[in-house]
Amino acid sequence: MKDHAALSEEFNIDEPRVNWHDETLWLIRQKRDKAVHGIPEWEWLRETASQVKNNVLSNLSAYLEQFEANALANGVFVHWAADANEHNEIIHSILRKHQVERMVKSKSMLTEECHLNDYLTENGIEVIDSDLGERIVQLGNEHPSHIVLPCIHKKKEEIGDLFHKYLGTAAGESDPQILTEAARQHLRETFLTRKVALTGVNFAVAETGEFVVCTNEGNADMGAHLADVHIASMGIEKIIPERKHLGVFLRLLTRSATGQPITTYSSHFKSPRQGQEMHIVLVDNGRSRQLGRENFRNSLKCIRCGSCMNTCPVYRRSGGHSYHSVISGPIGSILAPNLDMKEFADLPFASTLCGSCSNVCPVKIDIHNQLYKWRQVLVKEGYVSNTKAISMKTMTWVISFPALFAFAGKTGRWAMKNLPFLVNNKLNPWYKAREMPVPPKESFRDWYVKNRGQK
Amino acid sequence: MTVGLFIPCYVDQFYPQAGIATLQLLERLGVDVVYPPKQTCCGQPMANSGFSHLTQDCDDLITESFAEFDYVVVPSGSCALHIKDHLHSDKHPDDARHLRTKVYELVEFLTDILKVKDLKARFPHKVGVHQSCHGLRGLHLSQMSELVAPPFSKPEQLLNMVEGIELIPLSRVDECCGFGGTFCVAEEAVSAKMGKDRVADHISHGAEYITGADLSCLMHMEGILRRQKSNVKVMHIAEILNSL
Ligand code: SF4
Repeated sequence: MKDHAALSEEFNIDEPRVNWHDETLWLIRQKRDKAVHGIPEWEWLRETASQVKNNVLSNLSAYLEQFEANALANGVFVHWAADANEHNEIIHSILRKHQVERMVKSKSMLTEECHLNDYLTENGIEVIDSDLGERIVQLGNEHPSHIVLPCIHKKKEEIGDLFHKYLGTAAGESDPQILTEAARQHLRETFLTRKVALTGVNFAVAETGEFVVCTNEGNADMGAHLADVHIASMGIEKIIPERKHLGVFLRLLTRSATGQPITTYSSHFKSPRQGQEMHIVLVDNGRSRQLGRENFRNSLKCIRCGSCMNTCPVYRRSGGHSYHSVISGPIGSILAPNLDMKEFADLPFASTLCGSCSNVCPVKIDIHNQLYKWRQVLVKEGYVSNTKAISMKTMTWVISFPALFAFAGKTGRWAMKNLPFLVNNKLNPWYKAREMPVPPKESFRDWYVKNRGQK
Repeated sequence: MTVGLFIPCYVDQFYPQAGIATLQLLERLGVDVVYPPKQTCCGQPMANSGFSHLTQDCDDLITESFAEFDYVVVPSGSCALHIKDHLHSDKHPDDARHLRTKVYELVEFLTDILKVKDLKARFPHKVGVHQSCHGLRGLHLSQMSELVAPPFSKPEQLLNMVEGIELIPLSRVDECCGFGGTFCVAEEAVSAKMGKDRVADHISHGAEYITGADLSCLMHMEGILRRQKSNVKVMHIAEILNSL
């Protein structure tokens, strides 16, 4: 298994592509800046959202039970899933009950997290993702590289090739207008023929038992409105107390995500229409464990806007797939080790801790501080290489003794000057793209003793 | 007022001229400055790599060296921030706690404590200001581009007192340079790419010098500039503020 450093080194072989990826996402960050600077009360909105979510996390079980009671009263079936597997089995059982073998899905990162597509495919059920970006990565047999812009890593020419292969567009066609139209026709047929539609949930309101799904393409609505059965999968942290809080979150979500004032479609679902069946699956899958980790519980406030990815200078230059986790970027690096510390031990280190993520986060998650805290946990638990541990121990030893530090500094500087090949070689990762600093004659310490004496 | 001068390990070893400029500048402004000889490193490289549990001895050294001063001044945003946020000492818990409130990065000490109104400095060059992330987002030396709030910049406030200087604008005002402590070697590819991009922004706007309040970032960018055989130089802000 390659770690983030190795995967991003591969991504960086093609520098023009890295530039393109960086510039595309930076453009979205700029759109976000423009949108938020149009709202004088922006910081107040962030603070309010953060406090609402604090309340939710402190009373999660009560709000979930309230939501369940209201949803049941609305005529909705409510299911609880402790983990990914249970979630998948629940979905499968609903499909079996209705004897359907094809399902249309609107973008849901939770089903990605649960690997629902693979599970259903193995069980002979065909799933079509109806979000354009998700459909593209699905055709390309890939995973999303971004939670809001799943195929942001693909250029339009590459999408044209996929569409030529699977949807019959002309070879070499890369005009976005034409490709989108082809996808529309293809998906329309899907919407009209599927009996079961699955959507994600952006916000679930405890007070009313309703939920809200936000999409720009209206694909969730198309699926849900035409199907006989609507299944909604939601992580248990998606709950908000009252309907009035939606005003805060809807204003924050898309401005942060894409710089739009509001999503094109923010659809409210409360009860099934006549003859339709509606199911809600409430999924834990590690969330209550994260709630119990005091230093990391804040990560559950995330509303999945993706702006921490767009602003992250490391994400922009390493690509979403380098995080080898469903949720990539800064927030993914906090969520993933909760699921598996060993597999994702590299992710909290895939950051310079610049802090831009914490500043754009609409719910004020202290993302970079949590990354710092994960590092301490992962090292203590032993998920760090021996070489690193030894070099850190040596370094702490040297700096623990001023005389030894001065001596090591002197020897080091002497060696750099007189034996430059010791450091200026391929084994020194610094030297691959950067020159070493030129060692001065004397350290500050030496200069001070000479020029100021011991005061 | 007596100020204890903290010179970060890498400044001591590789950039003594920045430490000297800091000392001379403070002395010119009438401050009584002392450099305690037992200091070594703030411990940040270890802590940011997840080894904060190993830094007790160096935390004790800092606490013992600086407890007596009115203020501690550090010509490095990230080291100052690290001490402010994380210094603790089981041996002298009260001293350590108190010390955390007395630590200032040089620029903020000049603007917030000394309230410097004018400087007799001259530096007739085009200069790009690199906002190091820890100084910017940790110590709030300038307004951050992500937030909706009125702009300000403490480094620029000081640099604008320098005769002849021309500060150049940047396309991305406060993007990280990619140094990130051990990140620069552990994630070499991304780090180097970030550094190249950062330097390119300065160069494309005509910078002759890149300055900032954190030599670690400047060291990173200097390494890239020298590999590119560029004429653009890096210089710690103390050296510009101290130039006559
Ligand atoms: S952590 Fe914050 S910025 Fe990142 S996706 Fe979640 S809500 Fe958005």
